[in-house]
Amino acid sequence: MLSPPHDTVSYYQQQPTLMKKLLSIVSFLTLICASGTLIAEEAIAEQTTDSVAAVAETAEAIVETTALSAGNTAWMLTATVLVLFMTLPGLALFYGGLVRAQNFLSVLMHCFAIACLASVLWVAGLYSIAFADGCAWAGGLEHLGLKGITTASMAGDIPETVFIMFQMTFAIITPGLIVGAFVERMKFTAILLFSGLWLILVYAPVTHWVWGGGWLMERGTIDLAGGIVVHATAGISALLLAKFVGPRDGFPKKLHVPHSPGLVMVGASMLWVGWFGFNAGSQLAANEAAGMTMLVTHISAAVASLTWMTIEWIKTGKPGLVGIVTGMVAGLATITPASGNVGPLGAILLGFLAGCVCYFMCGFVKAKLKIDDTLDVFAVHGVGGIMGTLLVAVFGTAAFGGSGVDDMVGQLTTQVIALAAVIAWSAVATVIIVVICKITTGLRVSSEDEISGLDSAEHGETAYHLE
Amino acid sequence: MKLIKAIVKPFKLDEVKEALSEVGVTGLTASEVKGFGRQKGHTEIYRGSEYTVDFLPKTMIETVVEDDVVEAAVDAIVKAAKTGKIGDGKVFVLPVESAIRIRTEESGGEAL
Repeated sequence: MLSPPHDTVSYYQQQPTLMKKLLSIVSFLTLICASGTLIAEEAIAEQTTDSVAAVAETAEAIVETTALSAGNTAWMLTATVLVLFMTLPGLALFYGGLVRAQNFLSVLMHCFAIACLASVLWVAGLYSIAFADGCAWAGGLEHLGLKGITTASMAGDIPETVFIMFQMTFAIITPGLIVGAFVERMKFTAILLFSGLWLILVYAPVTHWVWGGGWLMERGTIDLAGGIVVHATAGISALLLAKFVGPRDGFPKKLHVPHSPGLVMVGASMLWVGWFGFNAGSQLAANEAAGMTMLVTHISAAVASLTWMTIEWIKTGKPGLVGIVTGMVAGLATITPASGNVGPLGAILLGFLAGCVCYFMCGFVKAKLKIDDTLDVFAVHGVGGIMGTLLVAVFGTAAFGGSGVDDMVGQLTTQVIALAAVIAWSAVATVIIVVICKITTGLRVSSEDEISGLDSAEHGETAYHLE
Repeated sequence: MKLIKAIVKPFKLDEVKEALSEVGVTGLTASEVKGFGRQKGHTEIYRGSEYTVDFLPKTMIETVVEDDVVEAAVDAIVKAAKTGKIGDGKVFVLPVESAIRIRTEESGGEAL
């Protein structure tokens, strides 16, 4: 009987102090949220009496004149398909190729099951929390179970059902990204529980803050397609979860190479193609803005890929395939929040920075922080998303050929505040959810199962029967 | 009868097969194995992390031959599999107690 990796013992021993910290954080946050809600509601009540009549008139006018745009609707339907394709099978293959052969199916399973779970939860209530009218912190429950949504419902000039679907694909891929942190050792039950709770506690509220009319949107935070909502949240949560689950057996000295670097490239290529739906689709229209968004997205991917390849070539003597496609992902994650404001020059600069910074962050997290964020979710997605979110304030100015940012310092402040709040909330919520998982399902498989592989241990299947 | 076990570099399989055929050895079994000798492993680098891969892929060729063919067969294998670089592999010769052809139930030298 093999003994568990020595690191895991210390993690479980940390539980008592964790509970104390947790309780104080939770009560503090409940206080903050409660006061925030009260203040917001008071302000709304004051304004409402004055402008009810005016609002009603405008609303009538809008309802009468907002016709359905066939062009926009067609593009948004397509963009939805592209973003789902990013998860199934893009991300699944990208991650799957990076793990050992005996864990390949488990990774595919994680992505697929999370996609299904996120879909159901999105309809059940997440869409409402994210996008229904509510307070500064969360949407209301008017669309619980998509109540009130009919074929006639509109979101601007596209059917609301299309908007619901498009946003759903984002809710699908974001918890899928976190998978990379805990591959090859986390229990399937814990993964499902974590992902479900994470969507409810982190993803839906943060979406509301940034895109659904919440406080960060009100403050003018720029995040076109999810540098904050998708990459920063997933990145931070991944880093913490990797720490709590503990490292893989053999980390950091005795590791296993990616079992299929070819599949990694196939998955990454699907991500690149799908990302056009992710970013350009976030313009919610088939127009000139979407065109520029697609262009800068692509440039950042290409530049980041070449940058990473060059660094790796210099440092190791050979340019690798896994490296170049990872550079691509870094470039795409970085451009994501900024793709509505930067021009080609900004995209080149962002891509270059993404390739450089994320390359070294991978080593930093594993060697210096000694956290086994196995597939570098924080180093690539987290850091990339954060960088892009900050630098949009710089590269979105006219000086860099961008548009929409006039006050660099002011915008930078807004971006910093948004990131600080979202990172803090993601971290706290992750801790809460981890504790719940530890108490109910347990986090980690047995050492035996880890070594023999999750495909057979957790899923009763083998990926390759080569006979 | 002797069992000749040869561990060679995978890309040498075809050459060895041809060479054995030329000295009259008409049957063999090849399998994909991994191993190391003094060659040790090699390092691969992915995303900033170094991975030491101890085992190297090799091909093992096994063939049972009559005693009078052994020297020629071993010679053929060595010449065909040699590159002069480290990791070329090894050849072992072991005694065989008996051999049977399953289809006809012939035994001994007739079975080879």
